[in-house]
Amino acid sequence: MIRRLAWYWLIPVAALAWEVVTRSAGAVYFPPPSTILARMREMAATEDVAADLVPSLARLAVGWALAAAAGVALGVLLGRSPLLAKLVEPMVHFGRSVPPAALLPVFLVFFKVGTPIQLAAIVYGVLWPVLVNSMDGARHVDTQYLDTAQVFHLPRWRVVLAAAAPKIFAGLRLSVALALIMMVISELYASSEGIGHRMREAEGSVDIPAMWAGIVLLGVLGVVLNGLFLAVERRALRWHRGRTAA
Amino acid sequence: MIRTLGVLGFLLVLEAAGRLGLIEALPPVSVVLVTAAGLAVDGSFLSDVGATLSACAAGLLIAVVTAVPAGLLLGTVPAVERSVRPLVEFLRPIPSLSLIPLAMFLWTDSHDAKIALIVYTCSWPLLINTMYGLADVDPIAKDTLRGFGFGPMAVLWRVSLPSTAPFIATGVRIAVSVTLIVAVSVELLAGGGGGIGAYLVQAGSANRVDRMLAATVWAGALGLAANALFTAAERRLLRWRWAT
Repeated sequence: MIRRLAWYWLIPVAALAWEVVTRSAGAVYFPPPSTILARMREMAATEDVAADLVPSLARLAVGWALAAAAGVALGVLLGRSPLLAKLVEPMVHFGRSVPPAALLPVFLVFFKVGTPIQLAAIVYGVLWPVLVNSMDGARHVDTQYLDTAQVFHLPRWRVVLAAAAPKIFAGLRLSVALALIMMVISELYASSEGIGHRMREAEGSVDIPAMWAGIVLLGVLGVVLNGLFLAVERRALRWHRGRTAA
Repeated sequence: MIRTLGVLGFLLVLEAAGRLGLIEALPPVSVVLVTAAGLAVDGSFLSDVGATLSACAAGLLIAVVTAVPAGLLLGTVPAVERSVRPLVEFLRPIPSLSLIPLAMFLWTDSHDAKIALIVYTCSWPLLINTMYGLADVDPIAKDTLRGFGFGPMAVLWRVSLPSTAPFIATGVRIAVSVTLIVAVSVELLAGGGGGIGAYLVQAGSANRVDRMLAATVWAGALGLAANALFTAAERRLLRWRWAT
């Protein structure tokens, strides 16, 4: 553990170098970390941070959960039905090729500013990688597994889900980062509250440390969500790792 | 055959939804497709597409020529690689689009801001795939070459680079798929630089939903084409790998 932690020496060193370089250069757009942290503490003390943080996180969680559930369900369904898969395959390929950011102005027409747009953007961004990976995983299930399930009267869908799980998780892992990206861009584009909106305000009033506070917060969020997901994945796929390693 | 039926059915449902007004403000798909066909010969839309694609290409190129050598450099020395990896893993999940407001301050020309952000975003998958690829090189092959008296540069050139190439290619493919997202996102937020995103905003403020959807159709087509192009190029360039 300590040996592994030792390899992390570069992170504090990099932070220190950032502090020293920006301080001595007096770079306006790159404030030293100490200034950013001070601004963050000040914002936490004087402003209602929860009013921006809570909507952002709630939309992120709800949007991701909706899209992940729909993506897994649809993907497994399409993966098990060759006919259905053939019918919708061109649309799936096209749908996932559309850069989700390009749909923001379209969503602005069909949904109200605020939560509906954010949710639509997150769902659209998350849906495709989950769907495509689930479809791929469910399509290639060993027929021996299915036969065995039939002999033992196990429900078929459970076997399919278990066999497709590694692929499903690969899609979900991608989707966590995408959900955060879609949250940020949709809030930067059209929102009246949230982290992204707060950053636009900081940009408008040329409050560079506050802008960086947003960047740092989103960065920490990205790292934490990624770590959280990896931990869940490791637990959920423990049986799989054990099997393949043996 | 079934695929064609699926597409036709999908288009019919969309057309009906548009004609019957099931979804408010949704134009029939035939109108959108006619508008999309018109955009293909519309000079101002084509120059917007050109602005987006040139930024994507420039950003991708700069990212490849900087991140791949950086990955090679960091990946060849194990001690450096193990020290840098946590930092890279730490920086990578930071959503690059959160840097858009900063990029808009740093580059007053939004075209430059776009390219800079594309370079930043594309560098991560390229760097990481190159480093992982190097870590995956067969040590016996390297030792064999060393045993025959080849220098470190020769080992890199003859063994490490060829066996890392498929990883780099994967990195490039991932990078390509994000360039369009980043480009359009910057164009939506920073006006003045043109591009597909700027066209969408313009069509939106003129309340031309058909134009917005038509431009989105083209954006999807571009994404499909870019993916097909790079997959084909990868297959051709790395033919020797598929053959074995």
